[in-house]
Amino acid sequence: MTLRIDAKNMHYTPLNQQIKAAVADGVKEIVLDNVLGQRFIADGLRGDDVRIVINGVPGGDLAMLMNGPTCIVHGNGEHAPGNTMNSGLLVIHGSAGDAVAHGMRGGKVYIRNNIGYRGGIHMKQYDLDARPVLVIGGTAHSFLGEYMAGGLVLVLGIGLEKSMTDRGIGSGIHGGEIIIRGEVEDHLLGVGAKKFEFTEADLERIKPEIEGFCARFGLDPTEFLDTNYTRIAPSSSRPFAGKYVWE
Amino acid sequence: MCGIIGVIDRTKSRMDGSCIKAALSLMNERGSGDGAGYVAYGIYPDYADCYALHVFFDNMEEPKEKVDEILQKQGTIVHQEEIPTTEQPGLKKVHIPWRYFFKPFKDQIGGSLGSEDDLVKDIVMEVNAGIKGALVFSSGKNMGVFKASGWPEDVANFFRIEEYEGYIWLAHNRYPTNTPGWWGGAHPFNLLDWSVVHNGEITSYGTNKRYVEGYGYKCTLLTDTEVVAYLFDLLGRKHGLSKERIVKALAPPFWDEIDRMPPAEEELNRAIRLTYGSALMNGPFAIVVASTDGIVGFTDRIKLRPLVVGETENRLYISSEEAAIRVIEPGIENIYTPRAGEPIIGRFNE
Repeated sequence: MTLRIDAKNMHYTPLNQQIKAAVADGVKEIVLDNVLGQRFIADGLRGDDVRIVINGVPGGDLAMLMNGPTCIVHGNGEHAPGNTMNSGLLVIHGSAGDAVAHGMRGGKVYIRNNIGYRGGIHMKQYDLDARPVLVIGGTAHSFLGEYMAGGLVLVLGIGLEKSMTDRGIGSGIHGGEIIIRGEVEDHLLGVGAKKFEFTEADLERIKPEIEGFCARFGLDPTEFLDTNYTRIAPSSSRPFAGKYVWE
Repeated sequence: MCGIIGVIDRTKSRMDGSCIKAALSLMNERGSGDGAGYVAYGIYPDYADCYALHVFFDNMEEPKEKVDEILQKQGTIVHQEEIPTTEQPGLKKVHIPWRYFFKPFKDQIGGSLGSEDDLVKDIVMEVNAGIKGALVFSSGKNMGVFKASGWPEDVANFFRIEEYEGYIWLAHNRYPTNTPGWWGGAHPFNLLDWSVVHNGEITSYGTNKRYVEGYGYKCTLLTDTEVVAYLFDLLGRKHGLSKERIVKALAPPFWDEIDRMPPAEEELNRAIRLTYGSALMNGPFAIVVASTDGIVGFTDRIKLRPLVVGETENRLYISSEEAAIRVIEPGIENIYTPRAGEPIIGRFNE
């Protein structure tokens, strides 16, 4: 059963109330047309078999605390899509603003094009099941993976000579990993971040993410299945252990 | 958190205020109903050679007499009237908005007396610092600021901004966080033809304020954004810096970035940073500034506030949110987010 909602000129409160009520009534697919700037869509929504399709440009904090559903955006995203997302899948067929996947703790966020500043800030993970994944098709601005504590950020740099040209990558990182297609210049690394060799074992590990991303956007994954990546991770097991300690 | 949007039509085709009102209102979530405002350029073609002074009066007696006296001493009041308003249920009219079209006497300017602009700047400072119950909140030519405490639609309807047509519009929806919400604290902030809308905070306000005060500017409006208008006037009008270079002074590259630049660029950036250290603005901000010849948008150096740019064949938009631009231009294709500290400049076609 599919529910279609024309969101034109609708405030986000009644819109999100309608979505929640529909999911509670057992609706499995909701298509939102003419979305423009409405915030908090799919926030806290539950149900692994629920699908939300957004036609337009949703407002900030899309899929915040989302727990299970698949949310697909045909348009660009605003600030912090995937904020503190718990599980499920968020796909954006466009670009997104700052703080994408902010504090994300599970599930996957796929952005076809570019993201703004501080993508993956404060991402975290608890165990193998709760391991968030953020994949960016294009590039990201500064402070990618800032204060990152867990999970994976993958930047493919599709169509770009260099995947990353902005500074502060992994600034304050103390867990998780940032994997970037091609070389990354040393001066782009943030405090506490270190480059590591990208191995065949790493490729095996991220292969499902590459394939998943490519499948969503109709791309051929084979061109990404090699070891031409840079892996960025914390410089030690506790890079900031001495930060707030005076001996 | 605040919402900002600006637009310039490069062909100087004029737009009425209805579109910008709709775009700003889409970002109501970014405000708290404590302040909203608009500025438009090209709205007073019949008085294009006069300074359009918009003043908030607390009453029409003593403050008005004092302002009249200052103006009549230094020039001619070509025309004056109350700014037309329509009462709104959601907006309390606590000041009387008034406008003068003013021409300074020729013998008051030139040589050591300074320019017309200097004279008008001094009048603005004198009124705002010295006359209780009067506040000049707009002082450029062929442009005007309209602002008050209230929500974007209420402020727009109160000032009937749909009746004005301009080729540049800026608009702002305020969410005051650490300074009072009052009519004078609403954006845009203006001096002469510089108008500023700002989302964020200028945490270096104290340093910047002391710096401009050394050049005769007086910060009287109880909030940080005011100083940005004075910095643009000082660096742009008095020192003759281009908008690109003003932004380089206010939101410069980091030293390690300057170290990596090619020699000529490095020398320029080093010189600007050393000369204008006291103009450097710290803190989170996204700002759009308008003047007679165009607009410029920029953010702080580490991009702590959002800014989105949209371009069509004839127009440049700068906004806090993409959706606000799409209210006016639903099918816009060229949308992007600028880099931190990167000046986005809209000029008129030659």
